[in-house]
Amino acid sequence: MFPVMPHQAVTSVTIPASDHAVRLRGLRKSFGSIVAVAGVDLDVADGEFFAMLGPSGSGKTTVLRMIAGFESPTGGTVELGGRDVTRLAPFERDVNTVFQDYALFPHMSVLENVEYGLRVKKVPKAERRARAMDALKSVRLDGFEKRRPAQLSGGQRQRVALARALVNRPRVLLLDEPLGALDLKLREEMQVELKAIQREVGITFLFVTHDQEEALTMSDRVAVFNQGVIEQVGTPAEIYERPATAFVAGFVGTSNLISGAAARTVLGKDGTFSVRPEKLRVVLGDSGDPDPVGSDEHSAEGTVSEVVYAGPATRFVVELDAGGRLIALQQNQEVSSMDVMGLRGHRVRLVWQRRHEFAITS
Amino acid sequence: MNLSRTARASLWAALALGLGVIYVPLGVVLLNSFNSDRTFGWPPQGFTLQWWSAAWRSTGLRDALWTSVQAGLGATAIALVLGTMAAFAVQRYRFFGRDTVSLLIVLPIALPGIVTGIALSNTFHSVLGIPLGLFTVIVGHATFCVVTVYNNVLARLRRMGLNVEEASADLGADTFTTFRLVTFPMMRSALLAGGLLAFALSFDEIIVTTFTAGAGVRTLPIWIFENLFRPNQAPVVNVVAAALIVVSVVPIYIAQRLSGGDPQTR
Repeated sequence: MFPVMPHQAVTSVTIPASDHAVRLRGLRKSFGSIVAVAGVDLDVADGEFFAMLGPSGSGKTTVLRMIAGFESPTGGTVELGGRDVTRLAPFERDVNTVFQDYALFPHMSVLENVEYGLRVKKVPKAERRARAMDALKSVRLDGFEKRRPAQLSGGQRQRVALARALVNRPRVLLLDEPLGALDLKLREEMQVELKAIQREVGITFLFVTHDQEEALTMSDRVAVFNQGVIEQVGTPAEIYERPATAFVAGFVGTSNLISGAAARTVLGKDGTFSVRPEKLRVVLGDSGDPDPVGSDEHSAEGTVSEVVYAGPATRFVVELDAGGRLIALQQNQEVSSMDVMGLRGHRVRLVWQRRHEFAITS
Repeated sequence: MNLSRTARASLWAALALGLGVIYVPLGVVLLNSFNSDRTFGWPPQGFTLQWWSAAWRSTGLRDALWTSVQAGLGATAIALVLGTMAAFAVQRYRFFGRDTVSLLIVLPIALPGIVTGIALSNTFHSVLGIPLGLFTVIVGHATFCVVTVYNNVLARLRRMGLNVEEASADLGADTFTTFRLVTFPMMRSALLAGGLLAFALSFDEIIVTTFTAGAGVRTLPIWIFENLFRPNQAPVVNVVAAALIVVSVVPIYIAQRLSGGDPQTR
């Protein structure tokens, strides 16, 4: 349905200052004695689809609100397109926001909602009407312009909120948990649609989410927030395959850590290491294969304590002899639930390639 | 919930009895305004419009009505301004003593009218030296009319949240434009409901009015009270009561529709 485009190669490379849509330096925010944001540096490039991912209370929404201008920072600066806007009011900034609950104006029609930004900027009536209709068309809501927000479904309201923001052609579009209020099916549809709209308009999208899957599937880059600071910034693959900290390893995907004595016994080195569950191969203790471990691989023996059958795959929870536990995810290519459920209590050996284990700073 | 036939019937009977106690006497007043018997003998002897035309011609009645309308409009205007400002202050800002201020604003509606009346009369007359008249009536009424506006606007602001105003600012509207295009339109029905209730409260107020009106000023309730026991005027008073029943249904109905409705659905 959508043209396949080469993935933008936006990684941690240095970008010239003028190409920064958003640049945050030493951004801090306290509410009384509570520190919500404790020093955030961030560069978002023009045209990027950028996610701020983190659990609730991690400061991501506060950062978004400081970029929009709803909160004034306790310290640090906010730059938009190279211009310091830290002290400017929301209506003086070239950003628009899609709110979590959409915040549509209930006393206005869909068209009046979308026209609002152009109306307060004194765009002539004929032009603003045409642009609003275009925006509604781009979110596939033409024909709905006379309705009131209360007469729309959740997904339609979400698209009105999007059109209302995009019609102003902002430098940056901020999205605060934009899909949070939608049910699963609609959310998956909107993920694809948002991504397509962003490609079409070419505006920088900066969105906040607590859903790691949403962040990984939609964004060019992700910043993982925890307790008011950024733990890691990178492409979805970097974040997932090479989590920099124990928090990222645990929050993005399943935490599979080997540390302390187990690390010394199994890996022969000190520190904390992460291996993703799908990288582990489960070898049964009585498979008859004396040494299934290759020279570029590591392995650990243990006992299956739990088996979770989940349709296409099965999760094995394995208590290691060396201490700690690992979770292994196996595709159910040939087995059925009957086969795997019987494995609880069995001795197994987990095998993985060394290049899939990563040191974690704790 | 499933109820037995008997339970349902007795609940209906209780409802009918309760409403009957309130509305049958009002119906009697309406009927009596057309009763040709001067002493309201029951059942009515015949139908007449003579009391209605007598009421229409009574200058004392007309003056009293005009005074009441002035007092009601004045008190409502003060209530709208002060009530709205107070509601914004309490809902939007945190300040020392906020809960106390909120309580003090609401208190006058619970205070016995006689207390408010004596207090205001003393203060106006003895302390401030302001002669009692229409102005003092308006101020007296405003003390409790503010409450209805305050409560309505407060509830609306609470339900509205800050989101729509933030959205407006985000889309480029300055503070004043946001108030004009978003906040005020969303508050309008709450203001109307609060204002109608305030006017209704002022219109039938008699106790505070008695203490603050002085000699020359006669509102409609005071006129009714003065004429109630004059045999000549009794049928005319009945007409006024009947007319007021009809007239007061309308604003109360509108106020209830406006304050009960969810702003999201309009």
